[in-house]
Amino acid sequence: MIERAPNEEAWKQASRAGALRKGPGSGAVDRTISDVALEPLYSPKDLSGLDYDRDLGYPGFYPYTRGLHSNGYRGRLWTMRQFAGFGTARQTNERYKFLLAQGQTGLSVAFDMPTLMGYDSDAPQARGEVGRCGVAIDSLADMETLFEEIDLGTVTTSMTINGPAAIALAQYVAAAERQGVSRSVLGGTVQADILKEYIAQKEWIFPPRPHMRLIVDMIRFCTDEMPRWNTISVSGYHIREAGSTAAQELAFTLADGFAYVEACIAAGMDVDAFAPRLSFFFNSHIDFFEEIAKFRAARRIYARHMRDRYGAKDPRSLQLRFHTQTAGCSATAQQPENNIVRVAYEAMAAVLGGTQSLHTNSMDEVHALPTEKSAEIALRTQQVLAYETNVANVTDPLGGSYFVEALTDEMEREAESYFAQIAEYGGVVEAIEAGFFQKEIAEASYRYQRSIEKKERVIVGVNAFEKEEDHADIELLRITDETEREQAAAVRRVRESRDVNAARATLERLQRACRDPKDNVMPHLIACVNAYCTEGEIVDAMVEVYGRYVERSVF
Amino acid sequence: MARRLRIVVAKAGLDGHDRGAKVIARALRDAGMEVIYTGLFQTPEQIVQTAIQEDADGIGLSILSGAHMTLFPLVLEQLRAQGAEDVVFFGGGTIPPDDAAALKKMGVQEVFTPGAPLQEIVDFVERECGKRALLSS
Repeated sequence: MIERAPNEEAWKQASRAGALRKGPGSGAVDRTISDVALEPLYSPKDLSGLDYDRDLGYPGFYPYTRGLHSNGYRGRLWTMRQFAGFGTARQTNERYKFLLAQGQTGLSVAFDMPTLMGYDSDAPQARGEVGRCGVAIDSLADMETLFEEIDLGTVTTSMTINGPAAIALAQYVAAAERQGVSRSVLGGTVQADILKEYIAQKEWIFPPRPHMRLIVDMIRFCTDEMPRWNTISVSGYHIREAGSTAAQELAFTLADGFAYVEACIAAGMDVDAFAPRLSFFFNSHIDFFEEIAKFRAARRIYARHMRDRYGAKDPRSLQLRFHTQTAGCSATAQQPENNIVRVAYEAMAAVLGGTQSLHTNSMDEVHALPTEKSAEIALRTQQVLAYETNVANVTDPLGGSYFVEALTDEMEREAESYFAQIAEYGGVVEAIEAGFFQKEIAEASYRYQRSIEKKERVIVGVNAFEKEEDHADIELLRITDETEREQAAAVRRVRESRDVNAARATLERLQRACRDPKDNVMPHLIACVNAYCTEGEIVDAMVEVYGRYVERSVF
Repeated sequence: MARRLRIVVAKAGLDGHDRGAKVIARALRDAGMEVIYTGLFQTPEQIVQTAIQEDADGIGLSILSGAHMTLFPLVLEQLRAQGAEDVVFFGGGTIPPDDAAALKKMGVQEVFTPGAPLQEIVDFVERECGKRALLSS
């Protein structure tokens, strides 16, 4: 006789009677990689508290859980934006032109460590680091070379830089204006999210409070003069890479975002004037449904807080737009080709979660910066996803799934609980100073590592299914010491060939602006870069006013 | 009874990726060692000075920024210059296999690359630094 389970209890009994599998990874079947407990099955019961209009709504409408656009990706696909940069501006310019010719639709600049930390290429702190994990940009001259023969009036550019973000933006504006492109039409993003630097990525220059002032200045300047520019990219990516859970990534990133909103409001700005240009950046890790739930929860939480806590009225102020990158920390050095597969799943999670733009990592990035070949495979992965799988043709296809909705609710609950803890410290900056985030992340990352050591979780090729000769013969990109010598010589030439007195005068005006909270530093920074002050010189001038941040380390 | 091993876990240069360094520091501490974490942005000179001041048995250097071929040799040079060649020097990070081999040839005692099991690192440190501790106690 064919039986239906008469009710959930009957199914549960039948399920408990079954044997659980043994073998690799069987130790963690009951929780996500972020340690969220998983039921073996979800059912209508899990949606009993869900109100469709209140909690989900339709795509394009509040609370945006199901997406920002009423016709989803049918109207417009996500932007395929591959992060790239290495060596000199000349070398990176060639890679950009290659990527654009292959059908990439936006640029994304990776800077080298000295640039990210505010040092010129000939500084002693820069030794060994010039051009290694990004492109070296010392002055406007390099920025001009970086975008040579690329029309900044039509391409959009994302610049991943935080401590010196305002300087990079000034250089970009100046480079565009030398191409004859007005700042008012420039499109793109500067990451500029300093709070997550203290929390996770550690590329800071000044202490938190002056850095917050610079960000407010930048947001005000862009709001007034660069209406198409995304003023900030509030980033969870690095928080996740530092070892956080999905819920921590979600909570800490949104908390950072709200801290910027509060800083701008405190500086007298109208929330609806600046909020529509704020943007976000998340990680897409390997736990497929958890990531999708995280993206959906992010939109809903943001919309609610922006409306109810900050009184935003413009629908664009309530819409959380985000970029996604696949998880670098999920890639393995062993059997590196397997990373292509991981990236494909992670990319699909991002798209099912409704991302606005996407970077797919290259298989060889555990070893070095990607080669042209591996960068091309990463881009093709997105193109197959967009044009062959058909997942982009129906909006929020997982909406209403018992499991995905339950997990989305769980993400929201965990985030709200973190917001309450942060509030107890008195806010994000205070919680940073107390080491709260750093400690939470170190704990989570250690827990995760232990679960792999104990083989509760499987990483294919690392703790299961290993091969003897696991370092496949893949070609790696090499950055030579020649880059460092060339770049150091180039920055010295810039210093020698400019009008020194004019340059010094712009730096002095900048320092005065830094001391005057009523002034805005942005126009002064643009004057400095136009006078060919180098990044290191500008940062040094600002450090004289603000000092440098020193972290109290916890592990 | 053997004394507790003392290990300096170090981050050099401008590289802020400290997830690995912190996980290793924690694992060594959980294995009963005394761990001194330098914090970020240390120069090779500072790292070796810390090891000497703390009478460390080993230095573990973590580099994920691609600057390993510059910074590992500079630490080796400082160990020689400051007369601390008996300190066990090992490291890890995103280091391609060829570079790891070259660093070991120069005198870095072990280079751990992504995916290396924590236990393997703990075992290595206990064994190699244990030898030094035995000689110096």
